Amino acid sequence: MLRAIHDPRLMWLFGGVLCLLVILTVIGHALRQNPKSNVSRSTIDNFNAQIAAWWKMCVVFALSLVLGRIGSLVLFGILSFLAMREYLTLVPTRRGDHRTLFWSFFVIIPLQYCVLGFHWYIVFAIMIPVLACIFIPTSIAIAGDTAHFVERAAKIQFGLMVCGYCLSHACALLQLTFPGIGGHEARLLLYLGIVDQMNDLLQYVWGKLIGKNKIAWRVSPNKTWEGFLGGLVSATALGTLLWWATPFTSLQSAGMSFTICILGFAGGLVMSAIKRDIGIKDFGAVIERRAGILDRIDSLCFAAPIFFHLVRYYFAP
Amino acid sequence: MSEGIHPVASLLAAVARGITGVQVQWAGCEPDERQRIYFANHTSHLDFVVLWSALPSEIRAQTRPIAAKDYWEETSLRHYLAEKVFKAVLLERGAMSKARSHEDAKFVGRSLIEDMAAALGERNSLILFPEGTRGSGEKVGEFRGGLYHLAVRRPDVELVPAYMENMNRILPKGEYLPVPMLSLLTFGKPIQVQAGEDKDAFLERAREAVSSLRRIGFA
Repeated sequence: MLRAIHDPRLMWLFGGVLCLLVILTVIGHALRQNPKSNVSRSTIDNFNAQIAAWWKMCVVFALSLVLGRIGSLVLFGILSFLAMREYLTLVPTRRGDHRTLFWSFFVIIPLQYCVLGFHWYIVFAIMIPVLACIFIPTSIAIAGDTAHFVERAAKIQFGLMVCGYCLSHACALLQLTFPGIGGHEARLLLYLGIVDQMNDLLQYVWGKLIGKNKIAWRVSPNKTWEGFLGGLVSATALGTLLWWATPFTSLQSAGMSFTICILGFAGGLVMSAIKRDIGIKDFGAVIERRAGILDRIDSLCFAAPIFFHLVRYYFAP
Repeated sequence: MSEGIHPVASLLAAVARGITGVQVQWAGCEPDERQRIYFANHTSHLDFVVLWSALPSEIRAQTRPIAAKDYWEETSLRHYLAEKVFKAVLLERGAMSKARSHEDAKFVGRSLIEDMAAALGERNSLILFPEGTRGSGEKVGEFRGGLYHLAVRRPDVELVPAYMENMNRILPKGEYLPVPMLSLLTFGKPIQVQAGEDKDAFLERAREAVSSLRRIGFA
């Protein structure tokens, strides 16, 4: 993957992201130094925490380029593992799930990335949706506790789907070399990340500016129709402007960005619903009031598999 | 007790911290080198190592666990870990109920307390799980009397309650492979035996001091 560094379009795109982050970091620092404006303290802290999270994402992205194929598999494997850990820490399980959970952490997630590493595409696609879906209830049944059986199997399966399966598709963009669009892999991952994260941000900004009509106030009081549509239009426009970095035409890029934004919104909404159900604000907020890995990548998890399959279907015949 | 921390102990502490990702909060006191008895709820074999690893290293070097002799002398590996690595104070469980007469039981009980007091010595601290056995994690079980007698015997030593959350899900009783969920460890405000307080009242108050530190209430 080191050849990616000699890819001028990737360097422009990544360089642009880094420049933007430097500017945002300076702004965030200035806001923290003199909070005399009418922006509340917690908003500034959230803003700075979000920027810190973007820096970490850039580090992960840069590392996965530098470390090469195996390195990026290990890196995303660790991310899946940590996200799954956050999820299962807060989602109640029973004593009888213990061995199933052990298998999920130490066998199923690593296998998913191994299979990806071997480019064993068909197994990669069915491992968690099909094989784990059979394995998990069987394993819980063997443990012998039948209370809340379907619920427990579903909880573990959903965690594996989001944290293992969906997230591994972001990594798959780097792994699977498409015959038609060789050399685009790293830029596609970065494109997905930029559009998805900007959609999150723009939804938030539009929501704060003109948000009135709540979409699902029981789930998340911050999600409004104005925010959603504003974010959708502006992030799609941004994604369209990035067409030069992708194998897409500008119209195709608009379609892709649109899809990423809708899915990103769905991801954020679903994860909010789970958090609301458990009664927490953030998956990372066990003690410190901070967002965890899963809080940052929830929208990406939903967008990654669909984006991957669209690219594969239309651009890698 | 010999000086320094056994390298295997440091290694196991690092592994336990990695598995449990424990987040430590000193809610009622600060880490301190003064002599203390840390007493906590008990649900997992990892409890002691995690609690111990949460202490700063200079305190760690002089803090020893109280453990059950019957269990920790059963195999040579366990014995090695208890004796050499963690320098545990091994006590006989149920020794008092095995005693033939009331007088005998009293004598045995006193000698157990003397063993613990000797282990405290001039500068050591102890880690004690007063439930005496690992519970399921749903609630903190009844405390045994040792904590009270030791507190009366050594009123100069601070009694620090601690609550460990989620450990029963990471490595429950009867399992040998851990599931790496995140855990919380909270140290509370030190308690003392009050003037005129009887054993049962104190033990109940101590139990309450531990269970009130519960924060999330995982399933």
